[in-house]
Amino acid sequence: MLINHPQLGPRDAAEFVYLGDASLMHRPDAQSPTAAEEFHDYLHLRDNPAGVHRELWYHEQGDRAWLIVTRNTLTHEITNVQMARDVALAEQQGHVAS
Amino acid sequence: MRYSAFQIFKQGLTGNKHWPKTWRTPDPAQQYDVIIVGGGGHGLATAHYLAKEHGITNVAVLEKGWLGGGNIGRNTTIIRSNYLLPENEPFYELSMKLWEGLEQDINYNAMVSQRGIINLYHSDSQRDAYVRRGNAMLMAGADAVLLDREGVRAQYPFLDFDNARFPIRGGLWQPRAGTVRHDAVAWGYAHAADSRGVDIIQNCEVNGFIMEDGKCVGVNSTRGSIRAKKVAVCVAGSSGRVMSMAGLRLPIESHVLQAFVSEGLKPVIPGVITYGAGHFYISQSDKGGLVFGGDIDGYNSYAQRGNLPTVEDVCEGGMAMMPVIGRARLLRMWGGIMDMSMDGSPFIDHTSIPGLYFNGGWCYGGFKATPASGWCYAHLIATEQPHETAKGMRLDRFKSGAVMDERGAGAQPNLH
Amino acid sequence: MNNESMRVHDGLLPDAAPISFIFNERKYTARVGDTLASALLANGQKLVGRSFKYHRPRGIFSAGPEEPSALVELRTGAHREPNTRATVTEVFAGLEASSQNHIGPLGFDVMAINDALSTFLSAGFYYKTFMWPKAFWEKLYEPIIRAAAGLGKLSVQEDPDTYEKGFLHTDLLIIGAGPAGLSAALAAGRAGVKVLLVDEDFLPGGRLNLERFDIDGQSSAQWASNAMAELTTLPNVRVLTRTTVYGVYDHGIYGALERVSDHLPTGSHDKPRQILWRIYAKRSLLCSGATERSIAFGNNDRPGIMLAGAARAYLNRFGVSPGKQIAVFTNNDDGWRTAVDFQAAGVEVTAVIDTRSIAPPVDINVPVFMGNRVCDTAGRLALHSVTLTSGETIYCDCLAVSGGWSPNVHLTCHQRARPIWDDTLAAFVPGTDLPAEMQVAGAVNGDMDLASALNAGHQSALSILKNTGNNAKIPPAPQANAESSRITAFWQVPDCLGRAWIDLQNDVTTKDLQLSHREGFRSVEHAKRYTTLGMATDQGKTSNVLGLAVMADIAGQTIPQTGTTIFRPPYTPIPIGALAGRSRGKHFRPTRLPPSHNWASTQGGSFVEVGAWLRAQWFTQAGETHWRQSVDREVLQTRKSVGYCDVTTLGKIDVQGRDAAQFLDKVYANTFSTLKVGRVRYGLMLREDGFVMDDGTTARLAEHHFLMTTTTANAVSVFRHMEFCRQCLWPTLDVHLVSATEQWAQYAIAGPNSRRLLEALVDEPFDISNEGFPFMECATLTVCNGTPARLFRISFSGELAFELAVPARYGHALMDALAEHGKAFDAVPYGLEALGVMRIEKGHAAGNELNGQTTAANLGLGRMVSAAKDCIGKTLSTRPALNTNDANQLVGFIPVDSQQSLRAGAHFIDEGAPLTLASDQGWMTSVAYSPSLQTSIGLGFIRHGQERMGDQVLASSPLHNEQIAVTIVSPHFVDPQGERLRA
Repeated sequence: MLINHPQLGPRDAAEFVYLGDASLMHRPDAQSPTAAEEFHDYLHLRDNPAGVHRELWYHEQGDRAWLIVTRNTLTHEITNVQMARDVALAEQQGHVAS
Repeated sequence: MRYSAFQIFKQGLTGNKHWPKTWRTPDPAQQYDVIIVGGGGHGLATAHYLAKEHGITNVAVLEKGWLGGGNIGRNTTIIRSNYLLPENEPFYELSMKLWEGLEQDINYNAMVSQRGIINLYHSDSQRDAYVRRGNAMLMAGADAVLLDREGVRAQYPFLDFDNARFPIRGGLWQPRAGTVRHDAVAWGYAHAADSRGVDIIQNCEVNGFIMEDGKCVGVNSTRGSIRAKKVAVCVAGSSGRVMSMAGLRLPIESHVLQAFVSEGLKPVIPGVITYGAGHFYISQSDKGGLVFGGDIDGYNSYAQRGNLPTVEDVCEGGMAMMPVIGRARLLRMWGGIMDMSMDGSPFIDHTSIPGLYFNGGWCYGGFKATPASGWCYAHLIATEQPHETAKGMRLDRFKSGAVMDERGAGAQPNLH
Repeated sequence: MNNESMRVHDGLLPDAAPISFIFNERKYTARVGDTLASALLANGQKLVGRSFKYHRPRGIFSAGPEEPSALVELRTGAHREPNTRATVTEVFAGLEASSQNHIGPLGFDVMAINDALSTFLSAGFYYKTFMWPKAFWEKLYEPIIRAAAGLGKLSVQEDPDTYEKGFLHTDLLIIGAGPAGLSAALAAGRAGVKVLLVDEDFLPGGRLNLERFDIDGQSSAQWASNAMAELTTLPNVRVLTRTTVYGVYDHGIYGALERVSDHLPTGSHDKPRQILWRIYAKRSLLCSGATERSIAFGNNDRPGIMLAGAARAYLNRFGVSPGKQIAVFTNNDDGWRTAVDFQAAGVEVTAVIDTRSIAPPVDINVPVFMGNRVCDTAGRLALHSVTLTSGETIYCDCLAVSGGWSPNVHLTCHQRARPIWDDTLAAFVPGTDLPAEMQVAGAVNGDMDLASALNAGHQSALSILKNTGNNAKIPPAPQANAESSRITAFWQVPDCLGRAWIDLQNDVTTKDLQLSHREGFRSVEHAKRYTTLGMATDQGKTSNVLGLAVMADIAGQTIPQTGTTIFRPPYTPIPIGALAGRSRGKHFRPTRLPPSHNWASTQGGSFVEVGAWLRAQWFTQAGETHWRQSVDREVLQTRKSVGYCDVTTLGKIDVQGRDAAQFLDKVYANTFSTLKVGRVRYGLMLREDGFVMDDGTTARLAEHHFLMTTTTANAVSVFRHMEFCRQCLWPTLDVHLVSATEQWAQYAIAGPNSRRLLEALVDEPFDISNEGFPFMECATLTVCNGTPARLFRISFSGELAFELAVPARYGHALMDALAEHGKAFDAVPYGLEALGVMRIEKGHAAGNELNGQTTAANLGLGRMVSAAKDCIGKTLSTRPALNTNDANQLVGFIPVDSQQSLRAGAHFIDEGAPLTLASDQGWMTSVAYSPSLQTSIGLGFIRHGQERMGDQVLASSPLHNEQIAVTIVSPHFVDPQGERLRA
């Protein structure tokens, strides 16, 4: 596979390390009264879609950026690649990431 | 018909024109005691043991495609019970014992071949971990032998002992492990279950569950609505897709695992060998093909195919371990969808919905588990109680923290 | 027969001096440009092998990579290559080949008894028997089956060849240099497109070299040769011959194998055997042609029966006639061309048998049998006649069969697209869901005649030019006549008495398909697996479509209703050695060397693999004959005076930024924001699931600057995790991470004299007295007259100890300095074993304890998880199963009998308890011989360990038939109060 890194252009997927569903960026609040339940679901439960999947890849043999790759798990087609930090910043500052 | 050498002789004399069908092709009835969703190895084994051990024969196995067409028909055929944890090892040892009597039980030669598995170790700490594991196996009633370097060499003199980046220092050997002709397991269980009255319905895709009063009372399928007292899902890589129709999210991701076979060769490798310094395992089929594999590709996928980096990684491991296979040619590579769980261990459990049962999360180790998985799933469905050897395989174990993490890799499926 | 007596003209081969080769120990001659198959046929050698199951005699069936029958073992000794297709093997001087899969001579294989018993060996017979008595399967039946199965033999010697890997990037990959591929390459190449043209043959041109067609007024072979000559002059075009594109992967990545020296004599060159190319192509054009298939009729498998196009190929390209009397059996117009060409070459054509009723308008003077069929053949080791359904016997030693042509759609299907059936062509053509950016042209797309193929290649190139905005003017498409290729589908001759083969290698006949249908194996996949149809080394290239058609016949369905099996890579088999490339032996994985490696190798160092690193295990001195002597000495001398050890391999992560302290509070279970500048603290890191991830020390070098260390094993994964935390979880924090593992050489200097040794190195006026530089202090300073350095007062050994770091380039020099100044104290270098012994003596957890299954509580570190703040793993570490009362606790063990040696991996049970899982109370994680205590000692996890000090249990290793009585003790065997390290 090729991942079109937003800053470095197309790179072979072998340069990256895969983590999983991009929902792993949404770590629950440990102060929440239901924190135990929320952390359980956050860490363990997955939508696991057969189709479009937003997922986290780390450019370990590159610039060490975490990317959010939108990829179809049936066809492996990649339709979007974002810098995870930009998305996380936008989300945490109240903006909706594009 | 009971299969035997005599039948082969008798049928052969009449031109093999009177062999009966191995299984019927029934239309679905309106109502069953149990519907098993998924006609793979585990589902067919479950049907067999429901019928044979629990006398429940009003059972339908619904299969989206052709029976045995999932991972049971595309794995590397290894059976073993060399697990570490007390929640796993007795289950896999039960499976091994069932394998040992399988063919007489189902009257089908699945070529259970106990030619042993050796897991190589390359460092002191790997050896220590294998000693711990081997002792756990023996304490669970399985068999295990710790080999030193010369012990490994005596069985496999052609491994790379002298020029290796990670020298072989020994191995953990399970003599009773081996291989089984994978397709024949599905066909044999189907044949046996069918002969006890189970309806195996192929080309029947489940596209919804029938819920009444919060209970699951049947399924909607491409062959219409079919009702049942109990619905037992057993769909491996499709677990997420199927259970989402019941509104359930699972601690499972679907990943691709590739497997490989070489051209046919005269016998070289009697048993199974796994490399300890890379991702590679290999055996040789009765037809002569080297059957081998390695790690999963590592990303979520339902595509049943993988990519080149993993192919090359597997072959690198193979050549590092046994450079005598360099001139053997890779004939075919394929991919299966693995139901990778969060701790690398499976589930055989009730769900939060009464009447709906779940069996999955087998990662890439489901084949060896086939008989015990069927045995324990049938036990759960018939008695409502988890089988003694499967009582750790609960869906809620991540809530309690009673995880079954053989590798200590944590809650990340692609690390198991 | 010998001396190339069947070579009837030159074909395309130069009339040069013959070369000699050996087949089955007999010497033959051939021409440069021959394949092994053409050379054998030239010498009249028709019998070349045996089939898989029935050991039927096998000849040469095709002229290409689709060959199911003519498989040989090529070369000898360690170079032996089993299952090599004679039809694609270039003959070279001295080539040695032998037939395979027979016992006794090829002409009299005793295993042919299977053929006589074939009625009892029908498809799947083995699933129904060999079950009784149970023990006989492995002892008797299976060994016989295994020995009989398989084809060629591996040498079972290390592959002596080398393989390279290469990477290519191109704008347009054209796969196949036949009419469509060459036409497309010329058009795109002339327009300046960056083209990579790949062809599997050593003579590009595909069927242009096999037919007697004209293009633009030249012979088709000459035109191909001219086209190649022009392409090689274009700087934007690269051509790879002898190269097979074997697989299509995601996002325009193609795998290809170039056979660089397979056509050269063993030992005659210094080239790699093959190159595995990974091709990154923006778009591709597949021009892979088509493969002919046979017809099922009685005994259609004898040597001498071959595909009609193959017969023509041997004649036109190699000048070889596969027989003296040729008969043609066809259901299409193309088959007639074989008769025409042979007649033109002066070879006797004894019949054309066509299943259709109306003959094509072909000018030919041979007996023609329209609406007739071959129903049986005769000739045990070579064909001598065929019998028609009308009763005539036709004498022929070569029957050229054409059942039609199947487009080579394989590569279009590698991403699981399905081909679609075309009734007019009686063939599958590519479907609509091709791999991204792939087009198809030529016969693979159903453009069966030459004019269409040339034009299709040209038009495809034009459409690519248009889509990429390339407006170059290029000459028009090459012109040729459109020959007729009409076909009326015909698959099997009914009511034949003899068996009719479909898969020639695996011996699958129409009867097997009938049986599988009868037994319920009706899906294509079931039938394939039950009969093994298409599972041989050719993967059914010539048999799959015929098999499907016969299955459709039996089921009374159409072919599209019956379906297809899945095309999987590789297109043709690839040596495992080529896929591994250089990554084997010592080069399997890179080797990381710490900065003192060269120094250590001059000091008697023995090295051991630790992950990717090689580390010194111990340093053997004169007179030491056992490793324990060296290790004991290193430990004792360190504890007595001073020792030094390279600990560079520990991960070092430089953490900087205004929020660095806050960040560390989140990733570590304990608190770092309270750490004072110039101090070091031990840190415990959890995974989010609450289990221990890693540990290490972290130093605060400045207010906003920390240096973290990790274990050697987890250096990479911890850094990745921290980047995840930084970028994905807490992006607003001002913190930056850099791995400094390889930037700094770091050495532990341990023992009561360590301070005195360091005093000789540390530059004035730095004060390393206990008051000036107490335990857990860190500093930036200079050593050895101005070399920048960092000093940490930390101890893994339990002794008064320091770790000194200098830029990696000074690592070797610092070792020299330590050795030189250490002489005054009889200082010793110590290795990984002594380091391990001392850490076990001190009771520090390491890899065997931090195995990913361990909680902080298990390690006795539960109180380190700060209650005052959130951190990774905190919430889930409170789950009940991680906090049970009977949890394992890390404690120490000593044998009751101090002469006994403990064993890591032993399980603890109570005295008298049975050796079962129910009795299992934990296990020994690490053991060592403690020269300080003069006994074996161990660390391990056992239930309620802390409460059971002084209890006796058994450490059992049934693997070794061993039970050792041990006493539970504190894990801190040496200096439990920690007085030494604070001294």
